Amino acid sequence: MSAATIVSLPDQSTATIPKMNFLSKENGLLSWLLTGDHKRIATLYLISITFFFFIGGSLAGLIRLELLTPQTSLMAADTYNKVFTMHGVIMVFLFLVPSVPATIGNFVIPLMVGARDLALPKINLLSWYLYVIAGVMVIYTMAAGGVDTGWTFTSPLSTHYLNTHVISTGLAIFVAGFSSIFTGLNFIVTIHKMRAPGMTWFRLPLFVWSNYAASILMVLGTPVLAITLVLVVLERTVHIGVFDPAYGGDPILFQHLFWFYSHPAVYIMILPGMGVISEVVSTFSRKRVFGYTAVAFSSVAIAVFGFFVWAHHMFIMGISNYAALVFSLLTMLVAVPSAIKIFNWAFTLYKGSITFETPMLYAFGFMGLFTIGGMTGVFLGSTGTDIHLTETYFIVAHFHFVMVGGMLMAFLSGIHFWWPKWTGRMYPEKISQFAAVVTFIGFNFTFFPQFILGTLGMPRRYAAYPPEFQALNVFSTAGATILGVGYLLPILYLTWSLKYGEIAGNNPWQATGLEWQTQSPPLTENFPEIPIVDHEAYDYEWLERQQEKEVASVG
Amino acid sequence: MSDSTSTASGVIAEVHHEHPSYQRHHFETVDQQFDATNFAMWLFLLTEIMFFGGLFTAYMIMRNWYYPAFVEGSHQLNVGWGTANTAVLILSSFTMAMSVWSAEMRKKGMLILFLSLTWILGLAFLGIKSIEYHEKWVKHHVPGLHWSESSFLNPASDPEVYKEYHDKPLAPDMAQKTAEYFFLYFAMTGMHALHMIIGISLLTFMIFRARQGAYTTGHVTYVENFGLYWHFVDIVWIFLFPLLYLISRY
Amino acid sequence: MDHISPVLWQFLQKWLTHFALFPPEASKIAPEMDALYFFMVLVSLVGLTLVVLLIVGFSILYSKTRHPHAVQIEGSTVLEATWTIIPLGLFLIMFVWGALLYFRIYTPPANAMNIYVVGKQWMWKVEHPGGQHEINALHVPTGRPVQLTLISQDVFHSFSIPAFRVKREAIPGRYTTVWFEATTPGTYHLFCTQYCGTNHSQMIGDVVVMTPDDFRKWLDSSTSGNSLAQDGERLFASLSCIACHNTRPDARGPSLANVYNSRLTLSTGETITADDAYLRQAILNPSQHITQGYAPIMPTYQGQVSEEGVIALVEYIKNLDSDYRVQQTLNTTDLVPETEGGKAATPGKAPAPQKEVKP
Repeated sequence: MSAATIVSLPDQSTATIPKMNFLSKENGLLSWLLTGDHKRIATLYLISITFFFFIGGSLAGLIRLELLTPQTSLMAADTYNKVFTMHGVIMVFLFLVPSVPATIGNFVIPLMVGARDLALPKINLLSWYLYVIAGVMVIYTMAAGGVDTGWTFTSPLSTHYLNTHVISTGLAIFVAGFSSIFTGLNFIVTIHKMRAPGMTWFRLPLFVWSNYAASILMVLGTPVLAITLVLVVLERTVHIGVFDPAYGGDPILFQHLFWFYSHPAVYIMILPGMGVISEVVSTFSRKRVFGYTAVAFSSVAIAVFGFFVWAHHMFIMGISNYAALVFSLLTMLVAVPSAIKIFNWAFTLYKGSITFETPMLYAFGFMGLFTIGGMTGVFLGSTGTDIHLTETYFIVAHFHFVMVGGMLMAFLSGIHFWWPKWTGRMYPEKISQFAAVVTFIGFNFTFFPQFILGTLGMPRRYAAYPPEFQALNVFSTAGATILGVGYLLPILYLTWSLKYGEIAGNNPWQATGLEWQTQSPPLTENFPEIPIVDHEAYDYEWLERQQEKEVASVG
Repeated sequence: MSDSTSTASGVIAEVHHEHPSYQRHHFETVDQQFDATNFAMWLFLLTEIMFFGGLFTAYMIMRNWYYPAFVEGSHQLNVGWGTANTAVLILSSFTMAMSVWSAEMRKKGMLILFLSLTWILGLAFLGIKSIEYHEKWVKHHVPGLHWSESSFLNPASDPEVYKEYHDKPLAPDMAQKTAEYFFLYFAMTGMHALHMIIGISLLTFMIFRARQGAYTTGHVTYVENFGLYWHFVDIVWIFLFPLLYLISRY
Repeated sequence: MDHISPVLWQFLQKWLTHFALFPPEASKIAPEMDALYFFMVLVSLVGLTLVVLLIVGFSILYSKTRHPHAVQIEGSTVLEATWTIIPLGLFLIMFVWGALLYFRIYTPPANAMNIYVVGKQWMWKVEHPGGQHEINALHVPTGRPVQLTLISQDVFHSFSIPAFRVKREAIPGRYTTVWFEATTPGTYHLFCTQYCGTNHSQMIGDVVVMTPDDFRKWLDSSTSGNSLAQDGERLFASLSCIACHNTRPDARGPSLANVYNSRLTLSTGETITADDAYLRQAILNPSQHITQGYAPIMPTYQGQVSEEGVIALVEYIKNLDSDYRVQQTLNTTDLVPETEGGKAATPGKAPAPQKEVKP
């Protein structure tokens, strides 16, 4: 890595964290538990989702340990089924869906649009409480014996054929869904109604556009999951329902209702991550994102198209061939905007002035791994190949590439990028770059062999498998160990940095964006006075002029 | 208009805001606050449409497949009570609209009156619903919990309903599907009733606050947004009523 | 060879012979699907290489030390159009190619040999029409199209044969079909790929592909004695289907000879083809599938007959081309007393058409 860096910190011998900031404003537990400040709520979220990430990650570790051997050696098949179900439920609903929006989004969006807070602070706090309640319910489920439906709750397995804790898990996800809806609702209202004077739509940072698109999905899609879960819970309670063929119900109806949300859900998960990448790639190339309008509209296009492709999860389930045709075509269409973004980000590097700090390393990791993940999505969107590849480890590899190689890397990129703004301190650069590289290597070793396993036919959700698949599984588990180290390191050094990190100052990255024009950590009310925006997004020339003015006035 | 100055060290000088007490500090103007919260409520109602949409989808499919069962199932519902409930809700939407008007006109007495009338009508709706649910329980039309198909295998065994509709006996496999109809009946009206209960609870809170004068000083946001919610719950019923009660009558 | 230790050599040999990136291609469609898969891998590799080259190349050329001043570029409509149209074009090629494969796999040819598969927690029951019953195994001949008619007895299962590149969900409540033509004798994996509970990973088996001669030998040696149709015929009598579906003038149900795949007008006015799905529905949910001209009095057999029983009945009806044996059964047993005429169907109904009895 080049020694060149854009980091510009204040003189460490005299710099201090500003006395008045959102962290120091009030003390005491109640001031945190009853706060309306979006930055405090974001902090609460960050702590909670990290907690659940490590639970979900430990469950992943257990899965990989079990899959070291072809037989069910470590745990009984039932236990394994519970482990992968809880892993999926926790990672999808308690980590990925809220990760960037509820932490980074909550923190940064009001700052980026030039507002003092989100439109509905109390709803924001409620959203966090709902998340915590959902989390507690999931922990209760685990303690009470777990659930083994798979995170997809396929009926009639979940409604009539299992006697594990389906109801408590279903209700937990119901509650988590409302947490998500309220976050999305808050974002949409804020972005529409609370932009600072002069902040037109096309001056917004692309992070805001991405979260806006994701919020539309959250608001329109999640309620359908909610009602589906209600119907499952009802059917389990009264033993009759609309999903049971014995009484005239239709199990395929469940599939349609479930995937109507769960497909947009994956875009809810990835779009905010893509927003982070736009910010990071721009800042570390010192350039406006190439094709701003294209990237902005592609976010919205993904959101819109994302609603019309759900049955590509059902190609082999007996939907009519013609329906499959329609959904396959639409799936190909929804793949295009993601490709557009990747190329736009790559071309942002062209004639830029590039440095390789940790957020940028994670962003590069994202771009490579998301390309693979996205392309393999096309393998699955084409009906002919989907027949062979669906329900195998190919699917598992595909979604881990986009979710972990994509989304989680984007999340880590964003955490590192906004860490100085959030805490007022820098993280240690060398070890964080090392962690990024370790994560990248570990990830590839873990999940690339799974593509091959899937093509060979190894089904997913198998506790035991034919012996000829063992070599690749061992390889994958070895990679998972490395990956685990890569994820542990940030916890350690980020915590360390809270006390010992260098003081960051307002704008250590010399980034554009309103959040960087105010102190780190920000004031509770964000800005001493609401800024008036007279420049475009990613206007580095404006930034230079600002800096000249500052130098001139201090001197 | 906020009016603040900042010194070079970033400390905010104490400011004197000239804005109404009910304006929250993160909004620049009262108008912005009203605008934003109103927009938020419309968005929330959009999510509610998607929420009920799942139920309506299931209903449409099941009714399309098992029409005779749905017809005979719906004959078991008392159209009189259903019409009464519809009238009650429409009237309550009127009283709610009058509440919003009263709040805007700053007429506290009228506001309390109309909110209370809305509250009473809401309770009346729930009361009628409980009578209907009780009747379903007594007649063994609660799927899974208290269920019998005899009314559909042999409609003559239920003289009241038979007198009105003269239904033919359903074949056993179709009679079994009436369970789907009643499942959806309870799920849809139950979900609606849950929303009514939430609405009535909020109304209780609002009447209490209205008596304290909270809504008649210009801060109509709460009443107006709640009115939107109440009208929405009413509209859902307007769809539920013909779909559940009037299947063979149109 | 002397330089490599024997242990290592053994390991290498084992690894090289067992190392595979693709399952064996054992059906006619397998190479065709692999061709599309290879195309997709190629496009992905090219795409990935392009992206990586751009990232790495630009990072080197425009690193801060080398290029200290960034040049602000708004964008380029030409480039946007390029990287919209080219990916779209490639994806659409994959869409069309894949769709053609998909339609092929899920549209069985008319001359396909049919085998029934019932999935249940946690085993596959395979029923050959000749009366051979297999559990967790499927024997098929080479060189003949084979259609599988699948159904589940409980939850979703999925019947997957990676070597054939086919997979289809077995759904509770309706039949699904898939077909293939095996090309290479051998034994291949059979997996259940839809999570179905505790022993999902044990719901595996073998697909044994044999030459036509071997297959015939296997059929002869594995039959249970009765073909599926014969089992169905027994059920038809024991469940009293014969009480209504006979050739009496006052018969309350239509005769079922030659009804399979015929066009039927239902009492609702709809005209449908009496295929497997219809026959199954007519047995389990008769009131919605009444032939025009008959009263809706058929009782449902849901709960009285298992999915295998329904399959046997369907197979019986499929092969029923004359009422001769029905007539014989009536004549020689007391299953349906002669004097049942009082319970004739509603007046005005046309009597059941008299069928030609073939000797």
